[in-house]
Amino acid sequence: MTDISQSGPVLAADGTPLKRSLARALRMQKLRALMLIAPLLLFILVTFILPVADMLFRSVENRIVQDTLPQTVEALADWDPASGQLPEEAVFAAMAADLQIAARAKTHTKVAKRLNYENPGVSSVFRKSGRKVSKWDLAADGPFREKLIEIDDGWGDVELWRTIKTYSGSVTSGYFLNAVDMQLGAEGPEIRPENERIYNTMLIRTMRMSLIITFSCILLGYPVAWILANLPARKANLLLILVLLPFWTSLLVRTSAWKILLQQQGVINDTLVWIGLVDDANRLVLINNELGTIIAMTHILLPFMILPMYSVMQTINPSYLRAAKSLGATDWTAFWRVYFPQTVPGIGAGSILVFILAVGYYITPALVGGTKGTFISNLIAYHISTSGNWGLGAALGAILLAVVLLLYWVYDKVVGIDNVKLG
Amino acid sequence: MADASNVDAFVEFERVQKSYDGENLVVKDLNLTMPKGEFLTMLGPSGSGKTTCLMMLAGFETATHGDIRLDGTSINNIPPHKRGIGMVFQNYALFPHMTIAENLSFPLEVRKMGKSEREEKVKRALDMVEMGAFGGRRPAQLSGGQQQRIALARALVFEPELVLMDEPLGALDKQLREKMQFEITHLAHRLGITVVYVTHDQTEALTMSDRVAVFDDGRIQQIAPPDQLYESPENSFVAQFIGENNTLEGTVKEINNGIALVQLDDGELIDCKPVNVSKPGERTRVSIRPERVEYNKSRLREGVHTLKAEVLEFIYMGDIFRTRLRVAGNDEFIIKTRNAPDQTRLQPGQQIEIGWLPEDCRALDA
Repeated sequence: MTDISQSGPVLAADGTPLKRSLARALRMQKLRALMLIAPLLLFILVTFILPVADMLFRSVENRIVQDTLPQTVEALADWDPASGQLPEEAVFAAMAADLQIAARAKTHTKVAKRLNYENPGVSSVFRKSGRKVSKWDLAADGPFREKLIEIDDGWGDVELWRTIKTYSGSVTSGYFLNAVDMQLGAEGPEIRPENERIYNTMLIRTMRMSLIITFSCILLGYPVAWILANLPARKANLLLILVLLPFWTSLLVRTSAWKILLQQQGVINDTLVWIGLVDDANRLVLINNELGTIIAMTHILLPFMILPMYSVMQTINPSYLRAAKSLGATDWTAFWRVYFPQTVPGIGAGSILVFILAVGYYITPALVGGTKGTFISNLIAYHISTSGNWGLGAALGAILLAVVLLLYWVYDKVVGIDNVKLG
Repeated sequence: MADASNVDAFVEFERVQKSYDGENLVVKDLNLTMPKGEFLTMLGPSGSGKTTCLMMLAGFETATHGDIRLDGTSINNIPPHKRGIGMVFQNYALFPHMTIAENLSFPLEVRKMGKSEREEKVKRALDMVEMGAFGGRRPAQLSGGQQQRIALARALVFEPELVLMDEPLGALDKQLREKMQFEITHLAHRLGITVVYVTHDQTEALTMSDRVAVFDDGRIQQIAPPDQLYESPENSFVAQFIGENNTLEGTVKEINNGIALVQLDDGELIDCKPVNVSKPGERTRVSIRPERVEYNKSRLREGVHTLKAEVLEFIYMGDIFRTRLRVAGNDEFIIKTRNAPDQTRLQPGQQIEIGWLPEDCRALDA
């Protein structure tokens, strides 16, 4: 030990503080290490972190109304939607002015589309009016209230104006509310009517089915991993290739194969009928429902469960089981009290992997899930690629991300994340 | 063969054979009888079959042929968990997810023992190995030596009469190993348990055991108390394996009055005790311990043959001197002398004459 009574920082031989001296000595080393990981860091930043941030941003972003209809938004500030009265003439004039600019820039259809998500029907009102308003002379052609209503009755609906006012902020909770089957009503957030609810059901179904898939993977994968870990190396490698074989086949091919196997005129039903276990008239419905999704996805995700379990089991010395037996434990007790607890980290790692993959899966549910077996990811895909409602897609994605993080946190509390081993 | 079991036989192997592949025998015709309370060590190079024997006794391997008896009853068909044999493993096999106390409590729990009784026994077992304060820790938090003690305590906590130990000290450093050797023997004798101990370390075997069984090639080469094993090896394998040993090869010239005259390959004559040779003309390998070689002529018996030797190397080892000689064409002939005040230190290049008492030099199989 150095002299403890010495006050002030410890000095290096040349009189500089030891801390600075050490930092300087390590600087080159750190710099080199940083350079080595820089390409990966950059790659992750560009392809992962930025898109996630962009998604989170899009789920609340709502500048379009403000940007396209600035005068209307300002004029609507004094209007009270609860009054049930249409806004004053000034608001209609502002709208006409905004529409004219927007129609010439061809942006009025975009804002129409945005507002249409919240109030179906708005789109056609805007499109119809856009064409005509662009020909008006704003200084002379007033009053615009009657003229607009003449073009389309929609302008005379208080609901339309309420929608514009509600969604005139630059950020909105609308997408998120929509994603949990709610909407911004006249008195703040409210639950949607029963026939319009879909996302909660989908989210719960996705979670429930992912859990079922994870548990089926544990049940099917555990014995396989155990055999792999206890076979001599050569045989284990051969078997491991069989486990990995699905990885070498295209996901689409595998999923289509399940279609052939599971359909009502498919191989499994044919075989069961031929054996006589199933009546020809009552063939089992194995596909285009939850069961089909569960079967196909369990198969596809099984390797992700087996591999971590296998690598953890490999590290468990067989002498533990022997020790347990020599101490008087039966085969079952030795397994349950001594072997199984040591494999929990592998099960945990596999479960997290499978669950997170399952929650975000969308090709397989789309192909074999029918309407009852699709996941929330299928809806996200629909909103991103078909309906074009990216904000809602982003909100659903953000909720999914939050749920997964929450489950991860719960797992950490219950099992402990440091208790996860991939080998 | 009902009468084969002796009255005091506790562990018996009778004509036991073991093969893993159906082609080679790992254990060939093993016969062994142990009285109660004995500390027996199975010693041998790796692959000699000693661990297989232990595993057969523990029940983790089944004998291909023969009978293994414990206290008079055949245990061939009794599963390991019903044999009630304590076992200490080479890697200790302490359950990593349980605390020390839980590890010790495990054998008592599976025997459906009550909680208070369990706690008392665990405490007593921990005190026995002087680890009383460590009950709440996990195995990974203990040092190798401490884990060793816990493994021992766990094997003893359910009071088995027979305890098997499979190279339990193999992973410890030399000093700790020597300390534990004494602790284990003292404990075994104090508790009066029967111990079968497997090791490849001959010092360990010699210092700990009542008897040592030397294994090679699936057979017991010799089974004897340590001093007998060291001083009177019955064949050249045992002589080579136990302790340091010098060998010279030659042919028996004559055998007279229990002394064999052996002509070495370079023509010199020496006196030996015939062990595995019976008639002149037989090839033999002569074995002599380094510490029984004498180069001080005044200490040699009159009339015995001596050999010329050249000192090649002198190594100072503190308590002893170790000198390497060239004797009868053998460059690896070692002699050991005690570092005493009157001892001469030989110089490399020095020519000396060496000799020994005929009974210390054993003519064994070639």
